Amino acid sequence: MSAQWPAIYFTVNGAKKTVNVPPMKRLLDVLREDLRLTGTKEGCGEGECGSCSVRMNGELVNSCLVPALQAEGAEIETVEGLARNDELHPLQEAFLEHGGAQCGACTPGFLMASAQLLERNPRPDLDAVREALAGNLCRCTGYMRIFESVAAAAARAEEKADAR
Amino acid sequence: MDFFAGRFGRCILCDNPLAGEGPTSMSAQQKTRVVGEAVLRKEGRDKLVGRACYVDDIASDGMLFGVTVRSTIPRGLIKAITFDPAVNWNEFTIVTAADVPGENRIQLIIADQPCLAEHEVNHCEEPIVLLAHADRQKARAAVEAVRIEYEPLPAVLGIEESERRETIVWGEDNLLKKFLLEKGDVDGAWAGAARIVEGEYRAGAQEHLYIEPNGVIAEWNEEKGVAVRGSMQCPYYVLKSLKGLMGLPEEKVRVAQTETGGAFGGKEDYPSILACHAALLAKKSGRTVRMIYDRAEDMAATTKRHPARVRHRTALDGDGKLLAMEIDLDIDGGAYATLSSTVLSRATLHSTGPYLCPNIRVRSRAWATNQIPYGAFRGFGAPQAIFAMERHMDEIAAAVGMDPVELRRRNFLHTGDKNATEQLMREPVPMDVILDRALKESDFYAKRERFARENATSDIKRGVGLAAFYHGSGFTGSGEVYLNSLAGIDVTQEGRARVLVSNTEFGQGTNTVLAQVAAEALGIDYNDVTIAVPDTDEVPNSGPTVASRTSMVVGRLIERAGGQLLKMLREEAGLGERYTREEFFAACERHRARHGEVHSESRYEAPPGIHWDDAKYHGEAYGAYSWAVYVAQVAVDTVTYSAEVEEFWAVQEAGRILHPVLAPGQIEGGVAQGIGYSLYEKVLNESGRMVNNQMTNYIIPTAEDIPPIHVSFEELPFAHGGYGAKGIGELPHDGPPPAILNAIRNATGAAVNSVPVLPEDLMEVLAAREATI
Repeated sequence: MSAQWPAIYFTVNGAKKTVNVPPMKRLLDVLREDLRLTGTKEGCGEGECGSCSVRMNGELVNSCLVPALQAEGAEIETVEGLARNDELHPLQEAFLEHGGAQCGACTPGFLMASAQLLERNPRPDLDAVREALAGNLCRCTGYMRIFESVAAAAARAEEKADAR
Repeated sequence: MDFFAGRFGRCILCDNPLAGEGPTSMSAQQKTRVVGEAVLRKEGRDKLVGRACYVDDIASDGMLFGVTVRSTIPRGLIKAITFDPAVNWNEFTIVTAADVPGENRIQLIIADQPCLAEHEVNHCEEPIVLLAHADRQKARAAVEAVRIEYEPLPAVLGIEESERRETIVWGEDNLLKKFLLEKGDVDGAWAGAARIVEGEYRAGAQEHLYIEPNGVIAEWNEEKGVAVRGSMQCPYYVLKSLKGLMGLPEEKVRVAQTETGGAFGGKEDYPSILACHAALLAKKSGRTVRMIYDRAEDMAATTKRHPARVRHRTALDGDGKLLAMEIDLDIDGGAYATLSSTVLSRATLHSTGPYLCPNIRVRSRAWATNQIPYGAFRGFGAPQAIFAMERHMDEIAAAVGMDPVELRRRNFLHTGDKNATEQLMREPVPMDVILDRALKESDFYAKRERFARENATSDIKRGVGLAAFYHGSGFTGSGEVYLNSLAGIDVTQEGRARVLVSNTEFGQGTNTVLAQVAAEALGIDYNDVTIAVPDTDEVPNSGPTVASRTSMVVGRLIERAGGQLLKMLREEAGLGERYTREEFFAACERHRARHGEVHSESRYEAPPGIHWDDAKYHGEAYGAYSWAVYVAQVAVDTVTYSAEVEEFWAVQEAGRILHPVLAPGQIEGGVAQGIGYSLYEKVLNESGRMVNNQMTNYIIPTAEDIPPIHVSFEELPFAHGGYGAKGIGELPHDGPPPAILNAIRNATGAAVNSVPVLPEDLMEVLAAREATI
């Protein structure tokens, strides 16, 4: 039934993907339904909560607001791409140890937003963390431990860099 | 801290004449290996790599999508249901009340709520018709193609209208429930009072806004019956409703929880309705049916916190001691009884605060209206009642010219006192110590002085305010006895100990804490313990995951089940006094070879001395209380009328802290919700419908709105809780509203007596005040 739509090509977490979907289908649904990458969550469907945050060509986007056609040729990164084999990303380790995740529904979005922040600003101060994460809503943690997790991940990344 | 440990550490464990009654758990004083350690969240790794499986993540191949046609008016008779002929309805499964095989009721406390409206509707968004289609978009679009014709009836949309009883919408008098709590002689106390202070306080509705909306998947099989998986707090509640609705025996109903993305009470009662809907569609279609609400539907149609109005009349003697408290507490229950009676009970029991008062009368009522039924939400009525009490304490202090801190200190309950229901405070009451600590950590008095000085010349007015409160852990009154919870541990053939409970993880840490308790009790590693999926075919009914009861009540059952399992292995399988992990599992295998399984279970027993009289509403209302003093520092911009919390201190005593990361995480999250309830979250209701049912216009705090939250614990292990735990989950929602509004009072001099207070509300109060000055 999908063959009637023209193919859209893009890469997800480094792997080439082709999908035949309606051009206005939300990237969120393409990831979750067509590619079975269900780590990316829908929280509101209107770009308010950030649970569906993914990176597209290095920019943080709400995948519920991106039509599939717009992803043509793009490099998409999702939460499934953070860990390398079985080794957690420093952010995942830090969220696990510092209580940055409770119910987990907002977590993939927070991880992507945090990864974006640390890539641009490896040692952010608290205000920079608050600002970078203000587009993601969490209802469980009160954010304190998310801030702490991001700071811990930044410190760990720096240690690793120093060790090299 | 040392002072504290010395004073209470001695009396709780050794020679407090009150604490020594009955057998006490020795575990409370033991050194522990796993309990109290920062072990990693059990399901944490799955959540972080995107592998945790929530209901919407289950592959939908071959499933139908279910949707709901709802009422658009608050009250009326259903005259006709018509289906737009432009739609090919043969593609759809259509379910109405006529398709219900059993009783068309949701089984909760009173079975008054229909699963599907048949002849009349009593609130907006009431479900009337269910549709299912293989294509989700087609299913959603079809909702608009079903037309319901009504004969509208007059609707009652608030407490005031309901209590006038001009229109009766429920029973004979609109009263869903009432309580009378009496102590001493209130009527005789007024004459001798040096001062009488009155006040009226209001608390609004609040939306849970868990990030994962409600959702379930239902399957039907003629022989096996019905099976439902989904996002939920209480699988056995869902099972009870399905049994009645489908007319099936218990063995033909199976309910299992999937990973649940937040709940806060919002998935206590509502999933029963959704599960019943999906089950009806599954039976009629013979297919697997998934029903996942989108955000707008979830916000519009599901439960909220009960709006409340609380009136206080308080008599004081010349020294600022409470002589009498008369409280009228009214809540809007919405169109059906749901959980309102128990919410009202908890509100009633928390309405007098942590204070000693000889003469008390609380009259409380839950009113039926044509609002969408209100339901469980973290705190369960206590936040509304405590907001009123603690806001009122500051108004009393202002009226009698006393320091609000000193007023509270003079009236705190102490060990050996009796509270409003004449429950003897057997356990240590740590309010003085907690208060001192909160004052010191927040630098309360120095800030009051400094802000008073600075405010005189600034448009930004700063202030600090506090709230003192307790929160009862576990079910109210005889609730835990009626629940009769059963929890177990078994050891699997793969060599893992497995916790068997119906209690669910939805972010708060159930999996982790109960695994810690089991590992501790069995003397094995945390990593050797797993948690069974909460599936009613697999786990016993250890009660619902509500009321801050899991760590305390169910934790204690697991602790005991672990102790019994060890005893069994020692007596029957040759396990030594000291043993290694390998020796433990080898003993399990010897036991299995002989008995076929390695299993132990424990049933709830009330701690000694717990007696509750439902008829007199008198006695031991809760097995234990957690105690707290919260301080808020706020800044009010008198140009924009916005109020902001700049810093927050949460000091509490909640028994033994089982996990040093999860426990403060609960407090911080609860404080953030409480800040939202105070300053941001307003449910806008027009003719019984929520009109801001979007994250765009129902505003919860973001990372930029939440101030530093400083959390500290005093720890007094509770002899009858799991490794000394008491309730913790709901406590933090109680304190922020009064602490913040008391801080606004301190900053501006204005008494704001309702929550939430948004800039437009603050403008009204401050402008009115300026006009009178």
